[in-house]
Amino acid sequence: MSLEKIQMTEGLMDIMPPEYQELVSNATFGNEDRSWKDIGSSKELIEQHSLCAGCPESIAFRFILAAIPAPEDTIFVGSTGCTSLVFPHVGVQNIHSLFGNQNAIASGLKRALKLRFPDKEKDVIVLAGDGATVDIGLDYTMQSWFRQENFTTICFDNELYANTGGQESGLMQKGFVAKMAPMGKKFEKVRLPEIAFEAGCHYVACLTVSKPNRVEKAIRNAIYVAREIGPTYVQLYTPCILEIGKQSMEGLDEMKDSEAIGGRFVMKELMTDEVREFLKEKDAEQKERKKLAKAKAAAVTA
Amino acid sequence: MNIKVAPSSGKIIMSETVEFGVKGPKDQIVTDPNHMFFEAERIPNFLTGSEVIKEAIKRCNLDMSVAYPITPQSEAAALIGELYAEGYVREYFRGENEFGVMGECAGAAFGGARVFTTTAGPGTLRAMENFPMWAGSRLPIQVVVTCRGVNSPLSIQPDTLEMYYLLETGMMIWHAETAQDLYDWILAGFIVAEQPDVHVPLALCCDGFFVTHTKDTVSLQSDKMCLPPYDPYRAPVPCMDMENPPIRMMRDPFVMKSNYISYMTHASWQQEVHAAVERSRKHTLVIMGGSLLETENLDREILIVASGTAVSQSREAIRLLNEEGIEIGLIKIKTIRPFPSQELLEATANAKTIFVPEFNIKGWLGREVRSLLPNNERVIAGPHVAGGMTMPSEVIVEEIKKSLGIKGAHMASRG
Ligand SMILES: Cc1ncc(C[n+]2csc(CCOP(=O)(O)OP(=O)(O)O)c2C)c(N)n1
Ligand code: SF4
Ligand SMILES: [Mg+2]
Repeated sequence: MSLEKIQMTEGLMDIMPPEYQELVSNATFGNEDRSWKDIGSSKELIEQHSLCAGCPESIAFRFILAAIPAPEDTIFVGSTGCTSLVFPHVGVQNIHSLFGNQNAIASGLKRALKLRFPDKEKDVIVLAGDGATVDIGLDYTMQSWFRQENFTTICFDNELYANTGGQESGLMQKGFVAKMAPMGKKFEKVRLPEIAFEAGCHYVACLTVSKPNRVEKAIRNAIYVAREIGPTYVQLYTPCILEIGKQSMEGLDEMKDSEAIGGRFVMKELMTDEVREFLKEKDAEQKERKKLAKAKAAAVTA
Repeated sequence: MNIKVAPSSGKIIMSETVEFGVKGPKDQIVTDPNHMFFEAERIPNFLTGSEVIKEAIKRCNLDMSVAYPITPQSEAAALIGELYAEGYVREYFRGENEFGVMGECAGAAFGGARVFTTTAGPGTLRAMENFPMWAGSRLPIQVVVTCRGVNSPLSIQPDTLEMYYLLETGMMIWHAETAQDLYDWILAGFIVAEQPDVHVPLALCCDGFFVTHTKDTVSLQSDKMCLPPYDPYRAPVPCMDMENPPIRMMRDPFVMKSNYISYMTHASWQQEVHAAVERSRKHTLVIMGGSLLETENLDREILIVASGTAVSQSREAIRLLNEEGIEIGLIKIKTIRPFPSQELLEATANAKTIFVPEFNIKGWLGREVRSLLPNNERVIAGPHVAGGMTMPSEVIVEEIKKSLGIKGAHMASRG
């Protein structure tokens, strides 16, 4: 999509909802160096949300939407769960169809877009809960990795089925007492990051969303690698404060505790040597571009 | 709904942005379907139903197909792979199972591609959650269902029970009798399904083995021509390619709201999907020769109403009964959804007895006909065969004679 496509004829401007007017005048479509740092000074691509107050999924959404390199050519694929309540508010096209089919949808979508736009990169990003990714949808998740589909899979790991009221999920910790695990979960948290790497993901990251710059870097890495090399996977700990009995203000502490040394969400990245090289080059490229942009801006003000 | 309509304009309406005469896949010429369907010269070929599916798809300017093997469709699905290797189909792969395949088809259709797939029996049921989703998402995907048993213990034999499960998915459902129907309707299917006022998926059903694995004479147009491409920007819902402005869909996602506005939204969308299926009539009529039925001798007191292979068997039964001086008329139903209610009411107005032979145990067509017609004691839902049995014409003959009180030779005594 080019930026002109979201422009409006003058005459219609005043009848459009204010959030759309702002999207036209003050969003960061088309700026490859857009960042979470734009939050507050530009129009965000998420308009409200209907999650519980303080739910870490909401901040994760904001970071991701601020970090994706080309929202004007990005299509999200979601699944049923708490995340599906947010997508209707997002200023990027997105598909929610069934529970657990997200990686199948994304496979077809990415291939269709490659056919229809051979000269343009269209980023397809899956964003789904842990139940969708690891339990009901595991087959489709992994098969898309085996097939080397060129898209990124993001899992919001809240270690349970939040949307249906806190049932056991494969990513839940062993021993956790939940609905449908009345005597505590009997098996270990599924090691999906390692499985993903084995199954063919070229870049895997597992982290919490406590630090925006980390989230941004992981998401950008994953998208760049998916474009050029193959499937990528990012697992983000977004604790369900409602179901683990925390207050609205306690989500951040929960994430910080879990990523401290010895915790189960110490940041982890897995990548092939090819990807390591590729990301180095990409970083250098980006630095160069930023330097040039700075020099240009300085020249204009001078 | 369920009213009789006139053909849209006597002519197939196409997108104004597609060009005819330009090159399609493998240098095929993109051809006006009006020419392709009604004027182009045809040459008879002797082919199996599976080969016919390949021949039709070859001329469909197809973007993508996803395959998963299941008897009796495996051969057709593999032959489409050959079309991909030859360059007639742009994208093709084997999916992981039918639920995955139908999701992959949906993803491609969301992204603006013309998509085709095939399945049968257990595959249809494994995929089932996808079909109402396709319809509700207004994806004009075509799936050819080569019907086979849905049974435990496992059966691979012909049986049309799975069509019962498909009836209210919001898809168009057509039932091909012959390989020629199958060929013509695959081509027609995309053109009807992709009309902006229709834009719903099509399940084109045929009876497995009887149609897929037997050879028949089928007239084909030259393979130097193909259909115009799908134009996703004519769709009644946005194509998910970020080439049109992203919209904020709603402030409160309806899924979570227990209020009347939410119920109304869901209810009216369901109504709209089924209405879209009804609206397909006027386009289908143009291609299917002006009627969703094919009829013979409607002035007879006894009629047979059937679809699919049961029609062919009925034709022979009628010939046998004719030899004995019993005169019977025939109504072939081509489209099950939309159901040709008004046409059927008119066609059966004078019938005293109506038989509905079927290749499944429960008789879904018999129920449809019974629930529609006045004085429905006239309707005898049968005979039925199931589990892979064939339906010899003699079985139909015997059923008819029995109900007329004519004693016939018992099948068993024929050895
Ligand atoms: C086929 C099917 N099975 C079950 C459900 C019910 N369901 C809806 S959301 C959900 C759990 C979602 O869990 P997860 O993917 O972890 O997302 P979260 O809500 O935790 O963010 C379930 C079981 C469904 N919608 N569809
Ligand atoms: S139920 Fe849990 S995951 Fe869902 S919105 Fe509330 S806090 Fe977030
Ligand atoms: Mg969850």
